[in-house]
Amino acid sequence: MKFRTKAIHIGNERCKTTGAVVPPIHLASTYVQDEPGVWGEYDYSRSGNPTRDRMETTLAALENGTDALAFSSGMAATHCVSMLLNSGDHILAGADIYGGTYRLLHKICNRSGIEVSLVDATDPATLSEAIQSNTKLIWIETPGNPLMSITDIAACAGIANNAGILIGVDNTFATPSLTRPLDLGVDIVMHSATKYLGGHSDALGGALVVKSKDLFDELYFIQNATGNCMSPLDSFLISRGMKTLDLRVKAQSESALTIAKYLSGDSRIKRVLYPGLPDSIGFDVAQKQMRGGFGGMLSFELCGDFTKAKRVTGSTQLFQLAVSLGAVESLIEQPASMSHASYDREVRLKNGISDELIRLSVGLEDVDDLIHDLDCALACQ
Amino acid sequence: MALQEAEEYGESTTAVHAGESHQKALDSITDPIVMASTYTFENTKAVIDYIEQNQDRGEYGRYGNPNEAVVERKLAALDGGEDAVLYSSGMAAIVGVIMAKLNAGDEVVFFDECYHRSREFCSKHMSRFGVVTRQVEACNYDAMEAAINNNTKLLVSESPTNPHLSVVDLERFAAIGKRTGVETLIDATLATPYNVKPIKFGVDYVLHSATKYLGGHNDLLAGVIIGGKQQLADIRYLRGILGSINSAHNCYLLQRGLKTFDVRMERHNANGMAIATFLESHPRVSKVYYPGLASHSYHEVAKKQMRGYGGLITFELGDADWRATADVVDRCRLPKIGPSLGGVESLIEQPLVMSYYELPAEERAAYGIKDNMIRMAIGIEDTHDLIQDLNQALEG
Repeated sequence: MKFRTKAIHIGNERCKTTGAVVPPIHLASTYVQDEPGVWGEYDYSRSGNPTRDRMETTLAALENGTDALAFSSGMAATHCVSMLLNSGDHILAGADIYGGTYRLLHKICNRSGIEVSLVDATDPATLSEAIQSNTKLIWIETPGNPLMSITDIAACAGIANNAGILIGVDNTFATPSLTRPLDLGVDIVMHSATKYLGGHSDALGGALVVKSKDLFDELYFIQNATGNCMSPLDSFLISRGMKTLDLRVKAQSESALTIAKYLSGDSRIKRVLYPGLPDSIGFDVAQKQMRGGFGGMLSFELCGDFTKAKRVTGSTQLFQLAVSLGAVESLIEQPASMSHASYDREVRLKNGISDELIRLSVGLEDVDDLIHDLDCALACQ
Repeated sequence: MALQEAEEYGESTTAVHAGESHQKALDSITDPIVMASTYTFENTKAVIDYIEQNQDRGEYGRYGNPNEAVVERKLAALDGGEDAVLYSSGMAAIVGVIMAKLNAGDEVVFFDECYHRSREFCSKHMSRFGVVTRQVEACNYDAMEAAINNNTKLLVSESPTNPHLSVVDLERFAAIGKRTGVETLIDATLATPYNVKPIKFGVDYVLHSATKYLGGHNDLLAGVIIGGKQQLADIRYLRGILGSINSAHNCYLLQRGLKTFDVRMERHNANGMAIATFLESHPRVSKVYYPGLASHSYHEVAKKQMRGYGGLITFELGDADWRATADVVDRCRLPKIGPSLGGVESLIEQPLVMSYYELPAEERAAYGIKDNMIRMAIGIEDTHDLIQDLNQALEG
C-alpha cells in the first residue's frame, strides 16, 4: 500500500459497531469494566483512547514505524524523550533547532543535572567528535529551523548506532510525506503534529514514532506516568488532516520552490535559504533524503536591518503574521523577534539567526498570488 | 484582506481565504466555533437599533450563525455567485428552494436523471400542495421547452447526473430559462465549482450537496444553494422559519474541508480519469460512464464546459448477472461499500442493491439501472493502489 492510501485507510478501518466510514470520536474519560481487577482493552483515557489510538496507528504506518505516541503538543513529545535520561547524562543536539527545544534543553533539562551541548550536526564528523562518554541522546532536526540547514540523517544515525547512543529526529518540517527517518536508522521520530500533520492551524499535538517495542514501552511508561496526551477531538482533527497530508505537502513544496527561485533572483534579497535550490549547501543531502519535494518552509535575508525586516514582515496581506507553520494558510514571521526570541541574542546570532532573517510557511494559496504579495511587501518603504 | 473580491485571486487562494475576516476574534488564525443558540444585546436600545436598522448581526441561532456566514461567503465566492444559503443537507437545500419559489398551481420541470429524491419530493409531496411536477428526458432541450407553460416557475437538472454521468449543456439550459422567463437550477454536486461554475453560463441557482466534495471527508452533512442575493432573500427568510440551518460544528468542518478543496479535486479528477481509462480497457467491462472519456455520449459538451470530470464512475460488466457483479464489489479491498461520494476515501456500490433493491425490475429499467452496473466514488488514494485493487476484483 502506498503512502496516500495508508494515510486514508490505516487506522480508519470501518467502525464495526455502526458501519460508519469515519470512526466515531470517543470522548470518554473512563471505561466501564466487566469485573474488578480484570481490565478490558481500554480503562482510562490517559492510558489509552480509541480515537487517539487510531491517529497513532495512522502516523506509525506513515513513518514506517511500529508504534506511535500522541501528546498534547510537540514540546510535550520532546520532553517525554528527554525523560528517558538521568542526571549526569548528556544530550548532544544540532545547532539549528526550534527555539522551544533549545529552551527545554537549556533551561529545564539542565535543572535535572542533564548536560546539554549544541553542535553543527550538518557536518557528521563534527557531530562524531562532540560525543562524550556520558552522551545518551543525539537530537537533530532537518530541515533545521529557521535556517533550513540539512542534516544527513543516515550519517548521523550511523554514528549514533555505532556509539550505542539513542538518536531522535524532529521530522516536523519534512513530514513522512518527504522523509522517513526510521528507514534511515534513527530510533525516534518526533513531530509537532500541530504543523503539517494537522495542517489547518486548528489542533495542537505532538507525536513520537518508534520501531522498537522496548523503546515504545519505556516511552509509554513515561507518558502514562506523566499524563501528557492528545485530546480525542484534536486526535480526530489530526487524523482528518493526515488524509490530505501528501497532497498538501507536495503542493506546498512546489510553491515554496517557485517562491525560493523568485526570491533568489531579486536584488532586494541578500540570500535565500531553501534546500531545494541547487546551489544551497544542503542540496545534495536533501535530494537524497527528501523524496518528492523539499518542504513548504523557507527563509531569506533581506538587504537591510532588523527594522526593515520587521516592516516587510508586517506588510504582507496573504502571508499572515504569526508563528507556527505547516498549515493551509501562508504565514510570515521574523525569527529574531518571534519564533527564536527565546534564544539568548548572542547565541542566536552565533547560530546564524540574523536580525534581517524572515521565515515563510508556504500555504495552499495560488503561488502567483503569494509572489505578488511578497513583491508588494518588499516594495514597501 | 477579507478577499472581498475573490475573482482577483487564484482558485486555491479563494478556497483558503475567501469569506473569512483577515483579523479574527482574539487574533486567532482560525474562526472560533460559535455554539450559541441565541445572541444577546447590550440594552433595549441595541435591540431596537437592530430591528430598525436591519443590522447584520446574530439574533437567534435558527436564523443564522457566524460559522455558517463564513462558509456561505466562501461557497458563494468559489461558485462565482453573489450569495449562498447553507442547509443541514442537500435535500434540505432543494426543499428550501422549492418551498420558497413554488405556490399552488405553479409548475416545475425536471430532467429525469436528476437525483430521484429531489424529483420524488416534488412529485409525491409538493403535489399535495397543488404544485405540478413535470419530468422530461435528460438533455432533451426541446422536450423541456415544450413542457413549459405560463405556470412554470423553475427548471431543474443535475449535471453531471448520477449514476449515468449525463452532462447538461448549461448554455442551452440557461437560454431556455431566459427565453421563457423561467428560473433555472443546476445541482452541480458531482461537478463542484472546481470543474464547472454554472452561474457563468447564465444559470440562476446552483445547488450542492456539500456533504460530498465540498466537505470532502465523509464526516459532515450539508447542502447549499448559490445565486443572486436578491433571488435568495426569500429562500433565506423561509429557512429561518423552517429551521433547516446547519450546525456550527458542521459549518466549521465544511470550512476546514474547503481549505484543501483545490488539491483534493485535482486528485479526484486525475484518479477518475486514470481509473475510467483503465476500466474501459478491461475485457470484462462492457461500458463506462465517465464524461472524460471520448466514448461518453456527452463528452463534447463536457469538454466544452468542464475543467475536469470528477471522481464518480459508473460501469457495466459484459459477462455478469447481478450476483457476479456483486462478487466484484465484494472482492474490492480498498473501496468500502457504501452510498455517498466525494470523500477522500473511495466508495463502491451496486446501484441495483444500494438504492433500487426494492423496486420492481421494470421500474429499475425505467431509471436506467442495470443489474450489472457498479458505481465507484473515487477518492484521493494512490492511483496505482486503486487500479491494482480493482484489477484483482475484476480478475477474481
